[in-house]
Amino acid sequence: MNISFNINGKSESVEITDENTPLLWVVRDILDLKGTKFGCGKAACGACTLHVDGEAIRSCSYPVKLVEGKMITTLEGLGDAENPHPVQQAWIEEIVPQCGYCQPGFMMATAALLNKIPNPTDEDIDNNISNVCRCGTYYRMRKAIHRAAELNVSEVASETQNS
Amino acid sequence: MAEKKKLSRRKFLVRGGLGTIGVLAVGTYLFRNPIRRGIAGVLDTMDTPFTGNTSSPIIWFEMTADNTIILHSPKVEMGQGTFTSLAQMAADELDISMEQIKVVHASSASGNMDGFATGGSTSVSALWVPLRELAATMREMIKNEAASKLGVSPTEVSTANGVVSVGEKTMTYADAVANVTEWDVPDTPVLKDIKDYKFIGKPIPRVDLKDKVFGSPIYGMDAAMPGMLYGAVVRSSAIGAKYIDADTSKAENMPGVIKVIKEPDFVGVVATSLIEAENAKSAIDVRWEVERNWQTADIEAMIEVGKGEAFVIQKEGDAKNILEEEEGLITSEYKSPIGAHAQLEPNGALAFVEADKATIMMSTQVVKITRDEIADRIGLDEEKVNIVPTFLGGGFGRRLHTPNAIQAAVMSKAVGKPVKCFFTRKEEFQNDTFRPPTHHVLKAKLTEDGMIEAIEHNVSSGDVAFGSPMVPSFAAPILGADLGAWRGGMIQYGAIPNYRTISWRVTLPFATSWWRSLGLLANTFAIESFMDELAIAAKKNPAEFRLAQIQDDNRGFRLKEVIKAAVEKSRYTDEIVNGRAMGFAVSTDVNTPCAQVVEVSIENNEIKVYKVTCAMDPGISVNPDQVRAQCEGAIIMGMSASMFEKMEVEDGELTPTIYGPYQMALMKNAPKEIDVVLLQNDDKPGAVGEPPLGPIGAAIANAVFRLTGQRFRSMPFKLA
Repeated sequence: MNISFNINGKSESVEITDENTPLLWVVRDILDLKGTKFGCGKAACGACTLHVDGEAIRSCSYPVKLVEGKMITTLEGLGDAENPHPVQQAWIEEIVPQCGYCQPGFMMATAALLNKIPNPTDEDIDNNISNVCRCGTYYRMRKAIHRAAELNVSEVASETQNS
Repeated sequence: MAEKKKLSRRKFLVRGGLGTIGVLAVGTYLFRNPIRRGIAGVLDTMDTPFTGNTSSPIIWFEMTADNTIILHSPKVEMGQGTFTSLAQMAADELDISMEQIKVVHASSASGNMDGFATGGSTSVSALWVPLRELAATMREMIKNEAASKLGVSPTEVSTANGVVSVGEKTMTYADAVANVTEWDVPDTPVLKDIKDYKFIGKPIPRVDLKDKVFGSPIYGMDAAMPGMLYGAVVRSSAIGAKYIDADTSKAENMPGVIKVIKEPDFVGVVATSLIEAENAKSAIDVRWEVERNWQTADIEAMIEVGKGEAFVIQKEGDAKNILEEEEGLITSEYKSPIGAHAQLEPNGALAFVEADKATIMMSTQVVKITRDEIADRIGLDEEKVNIVPTFLGGGFGRRLHTPNAIQAAVMSKAVGKPVKCFFTRKEEFQNDTFRPPTHHVLKAKLTEDGMIEAIEHNVSSGDVAFGSPMVPSFAAPILGADLGAWRGGMIQYGAIPNYRTISWRVTLPFATSWWRSLGLLANTFAIESFMDELAIAAKKNPAEFRLAQIQDDNRGFRLKEVIKAAVEKSRYTDEIVNGRAMGFAVSTDVNTPCAQVVEVSIENNEIKVYKVTCAMDPGISVNPDQVRAQCEGAIIMGMSASMFEKMEVEDGELTPTIYGPYQMALMKNAPKEIDVVLLQNDDKPGAVGEPPLGPIGAAIANAVFRLTGQRFRSMPFKLA
């Protein structure tokens, strides 16, 4: 069957035999966007987190048939070196990653959190960020999430001024 | 004038040999216990040398036309920050900026292959001298070429920021070395004074930071080749299962299946997509032979001090006789469970085996061992097998043996195309090379003035080093006790007049091996919990109690300094303040002492760790920010292991097989504050990645005792 959606601002249409194929493998192996990671295949670790219509979802357990007509954002669509998203900027400032493998999932979960709660408390972070990091970068991630919230606020403010 | 030697790319002198093997070569005397003990002492404190090729800078450095130097690293980057430290060390001696150096993994075919591994917290320390010497030599070689092109003497030119200058004349390094095909390698120049370094000792941002923040395809699982297919191998979930035969008729006709591959030791399937390969794999009916239906209780019964082979690894004075008298004897027992690595990127490989060569892209800590194993299995010369290491999505010792790459290679050979094959998460959990469970019995007697008269540590553990392909098979009979299991198990308080440590060896029915810091976490949990019990029995402050029993040598001095620093910075107190108590513990791993103080409360019947103060002396911190990052990460990994993690054996299977049920520390469990104090009482870089894992479990246990009166006897900690 054919499934059409928008990913990182681009319209895509994929031909797929099994409509229950997890979105993760369509994104990684068909669309060749490797920023979204496989960790567990059971929505337990969050390494595969991306956004569908602005909501953070765990794509390893999300059938591709559910994204027909929807907007997907992966880490590659969040920002790039020239134009980093506030979350990515904060991750750079705090030098968060170690092995780095789980970090895309955390950054996507954080970006979704900041859309809902622009200035999260420590408790908000504890309750909403439930991904797994084996290197133990949580301590720096927490600092980076607070920093991203600051950057986000100033970015929104400057955008408002400029418009 | 420097002696000139022409080097051809194939003629290499290999520097040194693996330290442990060097020590093991002492041969015939080894069955005598005092000598074995001597070896144990040496292995516990020695610096591991680099065992790759340091004869020529040419295989290490590559000059690009845009005046960037690429460092081909024989050490892999698994998050520990080695690439960044190596870049700093090389750039400082090459006289280039951090922007002018890039680090990539050296492929095995490049000739710059580590004879050992990436592990043991040895990468920066082992390359500290050789890499700077190689970089300085390379700089002199560039200078010589520039001088010859500029028509001046090499002594007249100077170097900075990738440019050679003489008077008004300048030439970039790239121009200096353009068209050079034969190199004259001069004698190794004198290294710069440490105070003159611009990058070493500075918190330079990680060189891989942007790749990791913007999602570059840098990991083994991201590797791709044109025409790539996907493989899946059927694995038994039962411990000790032996593959007998398989009915593959159904799988052969499944959608996308290219070929089903039956080998004497495994059955796998190659398909056009990962999902098709996994679906076909589920349709294969395999007959396994399972000898025994293991349970957790069976394993626990094996791991018990008094069972298995015993070996005294440390002995001073007469602890044995003193501790035989019951009167005044203090005895405690501790246990630790089976631990999983649980690194986020599963094991796997992308292999392409052609008629006369093979290329393997993968995350591994053992490039040479993997290359040799694949060459042996598919019948190619070792030089024809090229291992191209990728960034690792976590190492932690899990990738110190990666034989799964053999299966990818065998399947690729069978279909003549590149095949990518990875573990599922369940397979990863069940085929892990686990941290072995341990049992510890500690005994001591105090003098009338509250000092330790005698102390003894007995540790029973599954194997760590023995059985690993990194350790020669003759090591086990020679050494007797497992050098990984006793890591951190020796008594570090050398002023105690009588002490000894006894290691009991048990081989378990499933693979146990290297897990970040090896025995350090469990051994320190046991010894430092016991030291806390003794301090309380002696009615002394736990830090002062320890300080009084440390010997007056350099090792003792460094140990005392980290204790004092941790106590001072944390403002350690025995009092409970605002419902929070502090706990103290200290360990020495290889030659790096590390003391930690935790601040803990109990909330909703859960342990809450607010703050950790960590004082560590790794000698020179090449990159203090990354040393701090390693401390923060090790502390959280150690919290996770001591507070939450435990594998069970149920009806012959290792379980759980997924995150969540395998409970680990999450964001909500991480301390809000981790204060790292770095000391430098050594004039070279030492171990960093593992030492800060030592004290954390005991420190938490000691704090909880002050708060609740409950003494944790086993990991993971469970409040009463």
